[in-house]
Amino acid sequence: MPVTEQPHASTQSARRRGTGVGRVLVAVYAILALAALGRSIFQIIDRFDEAPVAFLLSLLAGVVYVVATVAIAARWRRLAWVTISAELLGVLVVGTITVLAPHLLGLHANDPFGRTATVWSTYGAGYLGIPLVLPILGLLWLARSRVAKG
Amino acid sequence: MILVFTIVQAAVAAAAAVVCVVLGLANRKPSDLTLGALVLVELLLLAQLVIALVAPAVGNPSRGSVVEFYVYLITALVIPPLGVVWALIERTRWSNVVLGIAGFAVGVMVVRMYQIWALQVA
Repeated sequence: MPVTEQPHASTQSARRRGTGVGRVLVAVYAILALAALGRSIFQIIDRFDEAPVAFLLSLLAGVVYVVATVAIAARWRRLAWVTISAELLGVLVVGTITVLAPHLLGLHANDPFGRTATVWSTYGAGYLGIPLVLPILGLLWLARSRVAKG
Repeated sequence: MILVFTIVQAAVAAAAAVVCVVLGLANRKPSDLTLGALVLVELLLLAQLVIALVAPAVGNPSRGSVVEFYVYLITALVIPPLGVVWALIERTRWSNVVLGIAGFAVGVMVVRMYQIWALQVA
């Protein structure tokens, strides 16, 4: 990516700033995708019987993170909107279920650090709350970068 | 795993993360310092791999799932090289922030690896 300076093109610099933050989002999403996919695949292979619904949801979350990562990196804005919104919905719905009624997901107890914990348990508490904060930042970035573009 | 080595490793990863993020936000492009920090993080991970391979033979076996431990370790080993390649291709200040995120992720994973090795009841 060229980094030549264009001092008086303020929209240009706004767009470039958007690009930079987008890069950071891609990196964080990629690591979260790795975390969710790696953990859920391990859990499904090792202990699927313990909480099949939770693990499959976790796998779905991982796949959504992968698609979101690619969508942000490739600037497929519509796909980015859909996947990031799905994440926010997912972490809110699954997070609420794990707090209020963990048995609905086949979990005996709600422990965001336990052996049946997933990326969305307790709103992503086991991942420092990043799964909750990241989609909000992602949606803000999408909204702002559209303004900067127009 | 060895507790002291693990603490040093996590501290180095955290320090690398802070240095890279701060320099990135201070508008610096990737340098020998930030790239070198991630290389150091990677070297410590390789040392950790050797320790993990040898430790069970000298009376220091993992209490938790060995497979889970190695999933974390191998994933962690991949992260710094990806960050460095990214920073070499895209030489902007944001690549320093990306390097910092990579260092942070490795630090968290090392702590998690120690939990599995020493604290988890399998």
